[in-house]
Amino acid sequence: MSEPTRILATDCGSTTTKAILIEKRDGEWRLICRGEAPTTVEAPYDDVTVGVTNAVREVEELAGLSLMGENGLLHPAEGPRGVDLYLSTSSAGGGLQMTVAGVVKAMSAESAERAALGAGAIIMDVIAVDDGRRDWQKIERIRSLRPDMVLVSGGTDGGTVSHLVDIAEMLVAADPKPRLGGNMKLPVIYAGNRDARDAVRQLLDGRVDLRITENLRPQLDREDLYPAREAIHELFLQHVMQQAPGYSKLSTWTDAGIMSTPNAVGKMVQTAAEQLGVQVLAVDIGGATTDVFSVFQGIYNRTVSANLGMSYSICNVLAEAGIENIVRWLPFEANRWSIRNRLRNKMIRPTTIPETLEDLMVEQAVAREALRLAFEHHKMLARGLMGVQQTRTVGDMLSQAQTGATLVDMMRCDLIIGSGGVLSHAPRRAEAALMMLDAYQPEGITRLAVDSIFMMPQLGVLSTLQPEAATAVFQRDCLIRLGTVVAPSGTGKPGSQVCTVSFGGRTASVEFGEVRVLPLAEGETVEAEVVPAKGWDAGAGRGKAVRGTLEGGVVGLILDGRGRPMVIPAEPAERAALMRRTRQAFGLPEEV
Amino acid sequence: MATAYTPGLTVSRSVLVRKTRRLPLPGEVLVEAGAKVEPQDVLARAELPGIMRTVRAAELLGQEPHDLPQYLLVKEGDQVEKGDVLCRSTSFFGLFKNECRAPVSGRVEMINPVSGNIGIREAPSPVEVTAYIRGTVTEILPREGAVVETRGALIQGIFGVGGERCGRIRVVAAGPDRDVRPDDIPDNVDGCVVVGGAGASLDAIRLAAERGAVGFVVGGVVDEDLIGYLGHDIGVAITGQEPVPATLILTEGFGSLRMADRTWELFKELEGETASINGATQIRAGVIRPEVIVPRDTAAGDAGTPGRGVLEVGSTIRIIREPNFGMLGEVVELPAQLQTVPSGATVRVLVARLLDGRVVTVPRANVELIEK
Repeated sequence: MSEPTRILATDCGSTTTKAILIEKRDGEWRLICRGEAPTTVEAPYDDVTVGVTNAVREVEELAGLSLMGENGLLHPAEGPRGVDLYLSTSSAGGGLQMTVAGVVKAMSAESAERAALGAGAIIMDVIAVDDGRRDWQKIERIRSLRPDMVLVSGGTDGGTVSHLVDIAEMLVAADPKPRLGGNMKLPVIYAGNRDARDAVRQLLDGRVDLRITENLRPQLDREDLYPAREAIHELFLQHVMQQAPGYSKLSTWTDAGIMSTPNAVGKMVQTAAEQLGVQVLAVDIGGATTDVFSVFQGIYNRTVSANLGMSYSICNVLAEAGIENIVRWLPFEANRWSIRNRLRNKMIRPTTIPETLEDLMVEQAVAREALRLAFEHHKMLARGLMGVQQTRTVGDMLSQAQTGATLVDMMRCDLIIGSGGVLSHAPRRAEAALMMLDAYQPEGITRLAVDSIFMMPQLGVLSTLQPEAATAVFQRDCLIRLGTVVAPSGTGKPGSQVCTVSFGGRTASVEFGEVRVLPLAEGETVEAEVVPAKGWDAGAGRGKAVRGTLEGGVVGLILDGRGRPMVIPAEPAERAALMRRTRQAFGLPEEV
Repeated sequence: MATAYTPGLTVSRSVLVRKTRRLPLPGEVLVEAGAKVEPQDVLARAELPGIMRTVRAAELLGQEPHDLPQYLLVKEGDQVEKGDVLCRSTSFFGLFKNECRAPVSGRVEMINPVSGNIGIREAPSPVEVTAYIRGTVTEILPREGAVVETRGALIQGIFGVGGERCGRIRVVAAGPDRDVRPDDIPDNVDGCVVVGGAGASLDAIRLAAERGAVGFVVGGVVDEDLIGYLGHDIGVAITGQEPVPATLILTEGFGSLRMADRTWELFKELEGETASINGATQIRAGVIRPEVIVPRDTAAGDAGTPGRGVLEVGSTIRIIREPNFGMLGEVVELPAQLQTVPSGATVRVLVARLLDGRVVTVPRANVELIEK
């Protein structure tokens, strides 16, 4: 095939199917347009390709092209007809649901959890020999869960065998059935001690669909998650994604395998961290799940928070966060029960959108909590190996964190990228910036960006075949630079100074409890000195000045003096007033 | 994007309803194709294997796992009763005896010399699948179940809790816009599917259940009352297994929401007939909506299966989001250009004339099509 010049990529989300068209014009890859339509896994359609066709039809209308024939996409591109390449990602099948098991909860079971999460799975339960439950309780649990697959790990190579046999016996005892039923045997991946393979095989072979792969924790201080992740991904493609209605038909349309959405976004985040040379935190907040990605100290981590999302899972955010945590973000005093009813109605009619400003504020308040909870989950799992001895020098005796400390250090985070409907489609970009600021509370100097139209999944799958095109579109059309936030860590008295920032011949300061947004245009970059007040830390230690580069954006330079951790007044009127002042600083409407 | 709207729920006097009734695991099918069945008839039966209880035999005897075989009194496949001795070791010329007994009755399925454990599988428990609806068996699924077909009325709800039930329809509200209170619940609702109007208080639902109602169908309930009825909160809309005394089905949503006239009229028409209902809801891929099915031998009216209606000028729609939630109207314009709505979002919209005469602009994503 000659070099492609027109590429179509779709992402079939749980709620919406998004299509993007990119073309090489004058030697440069650019986004041409985007279309979207509701995902059609529900009756009367029951076919994901109907939603894809609807989204592509919108692209055709907007681009003035004819891309589809009666039997799918037209290949290759010839004038105003057809495409050279068609790719797709999908999370429409309801996600991969897994149970993982290990010997020690804080060690092999946690590594197994990381492997499964890294492969895009939703973890239904983590079973460990030392998890405090009785054997029969674990057996009952395994039996009732009906996962898509089970990952078994444990024991370093040459270590314990009997505990792995115990886990295998538990599986035999539970005799679990896969979620999708039929005559399929439950896929079980064994990624534990090599020496226990034969004993495990003897117990499980024939009873389950057993796959044996390399030990994911071959030594106490070494994790090797890649083989297990690959095995999970392969099984996922073989068994689970096939179950999404119409998936098989869609796979005959695409020019490469359909990639799961979190895998694709993760790929793009890793590429961004590498190319920009930054420590990055990224999020994709969807209708059913919220995926968080990070690259800190060169280590990539991904977590999928099942049941934290903005439509199907909105009431789970309500249940987990509590109504008080949601209403604290509103600039008005809210009727709790009216908000609860509204969120329930969104849950049962997930494709609706906020029409009124009040409705929008409520959804964005929920989004802050979904982002916060998913971030807490991510920090808990993105950490060093537990139980590993570290060599310490005298110099780091005082500063070194304990083993298993989270890798996510917000003071060292250079860039936060937000993706997903509620962030990418916020009517005003400042709303996306404020949601991320409130949920993540970055410290020091941090850049903020948002996926312009929610296309990171499509670019992620594109990067596997056409990295140059994916990178070009990511940099030029996908990443919207919102600006830079300066947020010293600490606390103070109302009205006391937090820091002074000098940049480009200007000087600005911010007081405790205040947020200021200063103009710093997109594409503008200035060198700055941040001088924190006594007791405040901007990255170099309390009261010590920091020099850094401030990058402008569509929102500008944000000086956040609300302290870290941020303190929100308990008194409702005072709290609502703070939210109104903050919105005012961002130029957002305050009154509903 | 003419397709950006939610397909409406089915509310029909006469459709062909096909229910695939499957066992959760392979078993025996008890009916033949062509058989006439009633809701409670058992179509297929299977045996769910019992749980295997693991006995840490070697540990209990104080022996090494690999030595276990020499102390065994049972072998794999043996049937044992609770209390039977599974293995025994002696020491000091028989003076000291260690025994390990079966904690449950069952079959010895596993003796593992690596772990030193013995696994006893408890007796299986029967699992049955009933017909759920009155109809005809049209297809046998070997070892799995059967397909039952019937022609009749089908009303889909938007959300429900509780499982399959069967009962007589009893309309208790004075109108589709009326809320049901305890005073509205008659004494004789035993075995009935109670139908309300716009809303129902928790006390009314509980009273109906106390008086023997098997189901309650209503426009909406407030969130607080749902939690009160269930005894716990619901995070995601995957329901159907709740142990509630009466299955609850909402036709419109949460809050007090006037039941759609079409739904209301159909319930009035079906009063006294026997309905099969199920509150199971799954708002995810492979969506499941709660349902009321009334098989009818001489059904008239809008025969056929639900279609894939097209949103066009003249279509009847219902608004499914604030600020005009629940209002019915007719599409008068489908502007091609995106428009900015009060939230600030720029989206595809439609212009509709509501029943009260007002003309409103609504995001297309916020309407559902009411099929004529």
